[in-house]
Amino acid sequence: MQSGKIVVQNLFKVFGEHPQQAIDMLKQGKSKEQILAETGSVIGVSDVSFSVEEGEIFVLMGLSGSGKSTLIRLINRLIEPSAGDVYIDGQNVARLPQSQLIDLRRRDMSMVFQSFALMPSRSVLDNASFGLEIAGMGRGERHRRAMEVLEQVGLASFAHKYPHELSGGMQQRVGLARALAVNPSMIIMDEAFSALDPLKRREMQDVLLDLQKKHRRTIIFVSHDIEEAIRIGTRIGIMEGGRLVQVGTPRELIENPADDYVRNFFDTVDTSRYLTAGHLKADSVPLYVHNGKAPDTHKVCRELQAMDKHYAFIIDEQKNFRGSISLERVALLLEEGRHPRLEQDLLKQIDPVPEDLPLEKVIERLVVNEGPIPVIDGRGRYAGAISKGRLLSRLQGE
Amino acid sequence: MSEKLDLGSWVNDVVQHLLDNYSGAFDSVGQVVSGFSEAIEKLLLLPPAWLLISLFVALGLWRIGAKFAVFTAASFVLIVLTGFWEQTVVTLGLTFSATLISLLLGVPLGIWAARSERVAMITRPVLDFMQTMPAFVYLIPAAMLFGLGRVPGIIATVIFAMPPAVRLTSLGIRQVNKELVEAGQSFGCTSRQLLFKVQLPSALPSIMAGVNQTIMMALSMVIIASMVGAGGLGNDVLASIQRLDIGLGFESGMAVVLLAIILDRITESFGTRRAATSKSLFGRLFCKLQRPQSAP
Ligand SMILES: Nc1ncnc2c1ncn2[C@@H]1O[C@H](COP(=O)(O)OP(=O)(O)OP(=O)(O)O)[C@@H](O)[C@H]1O
Ligand SMILES: [Mg+2]
Repeated sequence: MQSGKIVVQNLFKVFGEHPQQAIDMLKQGKSKEQILAETGSVIGVSDVSFSVEEGEIFVLMGLSGSGKSTLIRLINRLIEPSAGDVYIDGQNVARLPQSQLIDLRRRDMSMVFQSFALMPSRSVLDNASFGLEIAGMGRGERHRRAMEVLEQVGLASFAHKYPHELSGGMQQRVGLARALAVNPSMIIMDEAFSALDPLKRREMQDVLLDLQKKHRRTIIFVSHDIEEAIRIGTRIGIMEGGRLVQVGTPRELIENPADDYVRNFFDTVDTSRYLTAGHLKADSVPLYVHNGKAPDTHKVCRELQAMDKHYAFIIDEQKNFRGSISLERVALLLEEGRHPRLEQDLLKQIDPVPEDLPLEKVIERLVVNEGPIPVIDGRGRYAGAISKGRLLSRLQGE
Repeated sequence: MSEKLDLGSWVNDVVQHLLDNYSGAFDSVGQVVSGFSEAIEKLLLLPPAWLLISLFVALGLWRIGAKFAVFTAASFVLIVLTGFWEQTVVTLGLTFSATLISLLLGVPLGIWAARSERVAMITRPVLDFMQTMPAFVYLIPAAMLFGLGRVPGIIATVIFAMPPAVRLTSLGIRQVNKELVEAGQSFGCTSRQLLFKVQLPSALPSIMAGVNQTIMMALSMVIIASMVGAGGLGNDVLASIQRLDIGLGFESGMAVVLLAIILDRITESFGTRRAATSKSLFGRLFCKLQRPQSAP
């Protein structure tokens, strides 16, 4: 079995009279539409498997009706699965008896809704402490705890107001506070910020990211806003017609979309913003290895001229970057009749950039640097080079 | 005419059968209803007229506003001056008794119908039947089973006035925002917690609309029920018809109308609570009195 905070295995949800029949037809490769026409059953979720790591924000995306809401409701079992398993911390939620399920919901998971779903007749404080009240906590203690989370979301001074007196953004802060008050290790959020205007939405994303910094929780977040998904998602899962078609980090999905359906999601996104040095690097600069003995200057000079290259990089045997040489300078010194020694006269130190340096920072470096800049991987070893020409052609290719 | 389908005699037989075999049961139901309604009537007649009137005026001031309070006071004074106060209180008592019984039966039935598709399927046609049958028709079997007096009147009224309580309770619960119910479930509500902490509070405006309709229907039926001797203003209305006494008809009829308006407006205001409380001075005062205890 896969490991992870949440592990979903071969999960199906069929809305209709005979789920097993529909599942069998799915397994025979029949389409959702065929099954609907033949049996009247609607496929909500079809053979979905994935896992979510502890502390991750896992974003589910997909067109309307692709099964996102159904899938997350199968995870806390607001909807009964037709087949398959959902493990949370190794416990199979799909097979849990009702009493244990209620216990798990009270103790360790909560949910935030698109329509906020606040109780209109309860004050903000009583809404925020709802989960604690359900779990049987006394009034004083639950109000004290709810007050703490209201402070975290910046609503402490509104504790005695009623939901209808608050703006949408503030109402969803209450929704978030209610979810946080029970101190769950996982939160399910169904289009939690979709009803907010773009500014408020960004603000709430910041609130969420901020809260995650203080206390990492596992979050499954449904969104139809790709910018939002990229911004908050550790990984993104793309759904189509009840199936989970691809899962990956935002960068993985941008770089290697599984099909046109996935690619279309990123069409409107200025993906260059998510490019890093790692994407831009190439083997465009000739490499010479300094193995205790410097490479011969004349040879380097000849070879660079033959390749029509202006720069070369020197690395050592452990692939540590040592410096860069410019053909121009070699040629100048040779012309003056001197015999330049590589290390003393030629080698120019440049700070290598890490692979995850974002595009804008790479550009800053290229502007101040004359030649190409070296890129190193996570272990500090040379991984490639970025030149101005390379950058421009890569951006144009986007 | 001999081949006419004789449904009527069949109903007669059923009632006769009930009477022959279960009269004990009907008697005890009758006793309970009678005791209950008498207690309510006594309670209403206990305070002097001005106190009861002040109570209604205060309620009107709190729920609706000063203008309505003045209207309430004027109406009751008019009723007292025309000499119909006592009958009005009797009618009020009958209406309250019938309403309370209707709600006691109707609200739980409505909750059940909201939670079970099968119960909903069975209750719907029964309620339609209860509501559309001309109101007097209930009086005959009620009088046969329970004798004459207030008891058959109240029972017939309950049958006539209960449907909206059932219907609007059920509707109110079914119409609770789906995500609100999911919120309750996702935080671990048991089905009882879901009912009392999420569904009923959210359905309250609809339930109160049902209460309002039940009261209004009960009031109208209680007047008709004077035909079986239920008493109250209905007696005067009935007498005015029998004697073709237009003056008496107008006076007693007006007392009914005024009572109806007052009950209607006050119960209606409970369905739209927040709007009403923030409007009136009394309401704001009331809120202030409530507020401090919830502060930490
Ligand atoms: N209770 C239900 N009964 C029947 N079909 C349902 C039910 N709930 C969902 N469906 C169907 O299941 C499919 C998936 O619905 P779901 O609500 O999960 O989609 P979604 O991805 O959340 O869409 P949206 O972006 O519109 O919220 C849809 O075809 C929908 O019509
Ligand atoms: Mg949805």
